[in-house]
Amino acid sequence: MTMASAETIAAEEFARVAATYRAQIYRYLLSTTRDVDLAETLTQECLLKAHRNWAGFRGESSALTWLMRIAINVLKDHWRNRRMQFWRQTRTNAVDADEASDWLPSQESSPEQQLLARERVGDVWRAVEKLSGRQRTVFLLRYVEEMEISEIAAATALSDGTVKAHLSRALGRVRTELGGKR
Amino acid sequence: MSPRWSFKPGSFEPGSFKPGDFKKDEKRSSAEMTEMDTRHAAQDKELEEALRNFRMSVHAWSDAAMSSPRTVIAATRASVWRAAAGWALGCVLVAGIVTGGVFQHQRAEEQQQAAEQSRRIQEQVAAHTNEDSDTLLAHVDSDVSRQVPAAMDPLASLVGGTE
Repeated sequence: MTMASAETIAAEEFARVAATYRAQIYRYLLSTTRDVDLAETLTQECLLKAHRNWAGFRGESSALTWLMRIAINVLKDHWRNRRMQFWRQTRTNAVDADEASDWLPSQESSPEQQLLARERVGDVWRAVEKLSGRQRTVFLLRYVEEMEISEIAAATALSDGTVKAHLSRALGRVRTELGGKR
Repeated sequence: MSPRWSFKPGSFEPGSFKPGDFKKDEKRSSAEMTEMDTRHAAQDKELEEALRNFRMSVHAWSDAAMSSPRTVIAATRASVWRAAAGWALGCVLVAGIVTGGVFQHQRAEEQQQAAEQSRRIQEQVAAHTNEDSDTLLAHVDSDVSRQVPAAMDPLASLVGGTE
């Protein structure tokens, strides 16, 4: 196999992986930032980094876990840079919890039930807002992306036990937020 | 698609129990236990429902955002404006630095010239002063000086007269 053909195959492989998991990466970043434009930018950045390091991907974890790990690091870098550039006025399009909860798909239920469900989703968003960075990451990966504990542990570079602990605390917060409204 | 997670009423959740809870449970009556179980079951069901709706709403939002066309005009304008402002600020800074440098250089030259001039004047004044003092001393010498006998003259004449 020539070098050029190997590169072509690798590029095609990466394109396939990127096309498969792009939506998931975008969704995770959107749920974390609640900013459509920022999520798009960070997704591009994540895929660019992944493309640059694709040769280094050994397949020890799944491609999604690997991409999610890059996305988490990209997000961390973004917050760090924003903290460092506090003097720079950055435009944010992040929506609030109520606006984010408007995206509940209408199911076959009464308007009252839909309103109640929307309120509950808003409560979950507000609880997510109050979570620490790690708790939020773990919570979103588990309950939005439906990743397994071991996958979350691999993506966040934490142990299974730590992931479970964060998840438990996050769930406790959500439960409190939901319970407080009753 | 059915969710992979599920909550069972009364199921164990890490971190939700404290030491001593089991002893308390032993003391509770069966009626209390049933009531608690029912309440927990209702809470868990509600939580499960809320999390399911939350997941669905995030998925719907994400799908809608991904399929909608991107609007980059505002961002471009903002970036152009920011770039222009950056360039303007940069130019002002460079101009300020250059002007400051030139001003400083001119000032230093002027100060050097003034110092040179004052040095020359001081030298001239000093030269004049030296000349004047020499002349004055010469005058003084000529005016106040007179022929005085040598100190040993009288003694010498006496010695000469004896011989």
